[in-house]
Amino acid sequence: MTVAEPKLPGAFAEFERFAEKWCLATEPDRWQMRLSTPMGEIHEFYDAFTPRFEEAIDYCDKFPLDELPEDVLNLLHLIYSMIMVSMAVEVFGTQKPADSADAVIDRVGAPVP
Amino acid sequence: MAKWPKPVEGSWTQHYPDLGTGPVSFRDSTSPEFYELEREAIFKRAWLNVARVEELPRAGSYLTKEIEVAKTSVIVVKGRDEQIRAFHNICRHRGNKLVWNDYPNEEVKGTCRQFTCKYHGWRYNLTGDLTFVQQPGEFFGLDEKDYGLAPVHCDVWNGFVFINFDREPRQTLREFLGPMITALDDYPFESMTERYDFVAHNNSNWKIFADAFQEYYHVPSLHSQQVPSAVRQPNATFECGHFQIDGPHRLVSTAGTRRWLLAPEYMYPVERVTRSGLVGPWRTPETHQSAGLNPGGIEPWGITNFQIFPNLEILIYHGWYLLYRYWPTSHSTHKFEAYNAFHPARTVRERIEHEVASVVLKEFALQDAGMLGGTQAALEYGLDEPIVDDYPLNDQEILVRHLHKTAVDWVEEYQNERRPVGV
Repeated sequence: MTVAEPKLPGAFAEFERFAEKWCLATEPDRWQMRLSTPMGEIHEFYDAFTPRFEEAIDYCDKFPLDELPEDVLNLLHLIYSMIMVSMAVEVFGTQKPADSADAVIDRVGAPVP
Repeated sequence: MAKWPKPVEGSWTQHYPDLGTGPVSFRDSTSPEFYELEREAIFKRAWLNVARVEELPRAGSYLTKEIEVAKTSVIVVKGRDEQIRAFHNICRHRGNKLVWNDYPNEEVKGTCRQFTCKYHGWRYNLTGDLTFVQQPGEFFGLDEKDYGLAPVHCDVWNGFVFINFDREPRQTLREFLGPMITALDDYPFESMTERYDFVAHNNSNWKIFADAFQEYYHVPSLHSQQVPSAVRQPNATFECGHFQIDGPHRLVSTAGTRRWLLAPEYMYPVERVTRSGLVGPWRTPETHQSAGLNPGGIEPWGITNFQIFPNLEILIYHGWYLLYRYWPTSHSTHKFEAYNAFHPARTVRERIEHEVASVVLKEFALQDAGMLGGTQAALEYGLDEPIVDDYPLNDQEILVRHLHKTAVDWVEEYQNERRPVGV
């Protein structure tokens, strides 16, 4: 049995189990993942990450924005997913914003990373 | 909540007596016939913002805009002389669409030395002159000087690129914008270049959608989730500090709370951790405050929302801004373009702050977009006649009243010009 290469910095190894699913580079990917993931599973990620959310931001913040090592970049993408699911957990209690009906808004441009 | 003083007339609405105070009709937003008139009377006469200068950074930078309401496609391009020009996107030879990549109806941008038509290889330089014709000897007295690209009037105000489809615009761009908007001449939009761009195709009339972004009376109801449920007041109200109207344009200012002074329970956990949220990053780089930014002298100032007729909104917060454009595609649909613009992030934390503000924008704009499809549907109920045709508007909704009145006024002026003079 092969062990997958770790994606995240060693200090955040406990979140490797979320990395495959939630280290997503673009908002369209994160939005789609939120909409297609059951709330129970969203809560699992949210609850696990919450205690170290701020620490993860501070960790990434030690590096220059345009020279993030691969594992730090993955952690940043995990933070972006945490922001995305926070809206579902904290604000609406559902994956989709209340009363948004069939409306669709696409993010078509954003800075990298 | 603070009560803001109203003008001496007793209300913002009565301060502008032409507006009246009676109920209004929204037939201007449900009628296909009115929409056809708006296309000529408004969208082929007003100055329309299509881009920022930063989108055209160097000579040869170009972009195309599909402007369905005026039934045309436009090329906007920066010349070697640094001037930005606009042309109809049509080859003068056989009418082929000149600039497109994979699909003719998709907007494109890029950099080029010249434009070459895919069909017969005719070429045009960056100032629109015809510079190359394949086999010119086969034509009959063709003078290349007569076959440059058809120009569109184009001008720039404080980095915003505007076009005008009128044969001869009735006003220069500055005259059109007027003193209330040009009081932002020295606002440093050019320093806020980190953008998060959004596009949506919404099933409501362009004015019905704009209405939701020019009054805050709906916020406690539709966007109740902007306040955490534990501290949410069931009968919360919202009152704006200042309204102002200048010609066809409008603005509204509201007071702003310094987020970091709020008790923690008034914020969501994600806001506390990221120090960003509904009203953007808590702290932003020092940004020059133009005289025109807070004309009502609101303290503490939060935002001023400039509604530039017909279809542009610039919503300025401290140190960042939001821009919306509403492009009609029929009487009951429009294309919505939006972006957030920040000072470029210097650190990962600042970038995360921008991400949070951009995620929140989409959440609450989706509520507006979802609900307004229902508004449009209900406004259209009835067969020949609308079932309800007199809607009351309150003083907080003064700008809604003004937008619809302005649209009707422009259409009436257009109709009057075309009506034969009576004897």
